[in-house]
Amino acid sequence: MFVKQISVFLENSKGSLSRMTRMISEAGLDLIALSIADTEHYGILRCIVTDTEKGYQTLKDAGYTARLTDVLAVYVPDHPGGLADVLDVLRDESISVEYLYSFVRSSGSHALIIFHLDELERGAEVLTRKGIRLLDQEQIRSL
Amino acid sequence: MKQKALKIWNPGMECMDREQMRDLQSARLRETVRRVYDNVPMYRARMDEKGVKPEDIRTVDDLRYLPFTDKPDLREYFPFGLLAVPKDRIVRIQGSSGTTGMPIVAGYTAKDVETWTEMVARGVTAAGGGPEDVVQVCYGYGLFTGGLGLHQGATKVGAMVVPMSSGNTKRQIAMMKSLGVTMFGCTPSYAMHIGETIRDMGMDLKDFRLKSAVLGAEPWSENIRTRIEELLDIDALDIYGLTEIAGPGVATECLFKNGMHVNEDNVIVEIVNPETLEPLPYGEKGELVFSTITKEGMPLLRYRTHDLSRLNPEKCECGRTNVRMERIMGRTDDMLIIRGVNVFPSQIETVLTNIEGCEPHFMLTVERTGTTDSMEIQVEVNDRIFGDTVGHLEQFRRRIREEMKSALGLSAEIKLVEAKSLPRFEGKARRVVDNRKL
Repeated sequence: MFVKQISVFLENSKGSLSRMTRMISEAGLDLIALSIADTEHYGILRCIVTDTEKGYQTLKDAGYTARLTDVLAVYVPDHPGGLADVLDVLRDESISVEYLYSFVRSSGSHALIIFHLDELERGAEVLTRKGIRLLDQEQIRSL
Repeated sequence: MKQKALKIWNPGMECMDREQMRDLQSARLRETVRRVYDNVPMYRARMDEKGVKPEDIRTVDDLRYLPFTDKPDLREYFPFGLLAVPKDRIVRIQGSSGTTGMPIVAGYTAKDVETWTEMVARGVTAAGGGPEDVVQVCYGYGLFTGGLGLHQGATKVGAMVVPMSSGNTKRQIAMMKSLGVTMFGCTPSYAMHIGETIRDMGMDLKDFRLKSAVLGAEPWSENIRTRIEELLDIDALDIYGLTEIAGPGVATECLFKNGMHVNEDNVIVEIVNPETLEPLPYGEKGELVFSTITKEGMPLLRYRTHDLSRLNPEKCECGRTNVRMERIMGRTDDMLIIRGVNVFPSQIETVLTNIEGCEPHFMLTVERTGTTDSMEIQVEVNDRIFGDTVGHLEQFRRRIREEMKSALGLSAEIKLVEAKSLPRFEGKARRVVDNRKL
């Protein structure tokens, strides 16, 4: 039900982003989803790649501070209010969104959005119950 | 030199023939050694251990047989373990600006306060001060010796004293102007700030009567002296001291600005090789070591300052004969003085190692913007700290900042950097980059 995301700590310095993404591509991996949270001095890059284990190991071997985090890949209807509907469900259940970002790849009638919630397990149940589809790692990889 | 008149507070002691001074020092040293051996267990134990008896110390030359003392001794025997008199005879406590977790304090008898006052009075006089002067004290008052030290010395020479303490620059300037202040004392960086503020406020120096300033408590340079003198049209003079020995006034500069005159009737100064601790001849650069020879409350023998300087025994143009020490050229340890506060890199390491999961590696960068020093500490983010959200990392950063502030007494900017990106050292670590141009 959950999807594994890799989070990487990056300093704000010239070339740090290209160096890291190059490393992923040289390992033969594709970035499926990507987002960056930035502050004045550093950023957190969050991504989902085609082979999580390999991606994580590659980064660790290169000395990066990285960790795996469970997130939800939510299949959100691609029409006005589609995302708002999903968020309403979570709000009604008092579940907070810690961050979200959308996919690089999209899928026709639906947008794919990654959610990190304070209560991940319950969030997944609630969304599923409301008929909102979640994708698993395998489904994402084959998009 | 802006002033013409050269005044000497105590010509008998300040212009004494050097042979005579040596005899005086030797006599006072003999008396001091006997007194500490009889009254302070630490000295007795250390001298016994070295096989030195008080009667072995006859002249200044025999000083080399005595054991050294250092700041950790003051911590170990805190607060009264090094007193050579009963506690009832102590009339004053002063403490160091140092902040290594444990304060150090020194106890003064009434005579010690008088001696200290005399030393500062000599310095104020050497800077041109007398009864006709108005002296503003912009050093902090409190345990720190700067405020009270200058206050007492300026009072002694009969000047009108304005006890402002530090801070509130505009008010300092308003007082200087309305009271016709002729002299003031503070740290060199604060003097520069006062000068720049007067300039930035568009005030005319003609509305002031300033002629000189007695500046100390942090290292500075000839360039800074020149800038302060230009900004304020004054003679900017150096003053040296440390709480352990007396406070400011251990050595003071005269208007010839060619080294600080050491008050040799009260202290014996040596220069030693900081590695071997062997005494070095005049003219060589090394660590300043002081022995007090008139102090009653807490006499210190061969106290290591960790300050680097050089001694010059030649008679000064001003007429004083006592030895002059050059402005402090640096430290033998890695202590930094930032905004008047002593900072040891080891303190930073201690803070980091006390935070769970935090790496002990860091780099400290000190910058000076205008007249203000700032510190940035780089800390690595490892897997144990990295929590995937900015909120989490910012919380970590805040925690380090708060703990640094409480340990160092200074604010530092904390910059998070990638794991293993900071240099690792074999042997002596160099974790400090001091970009201040002194």
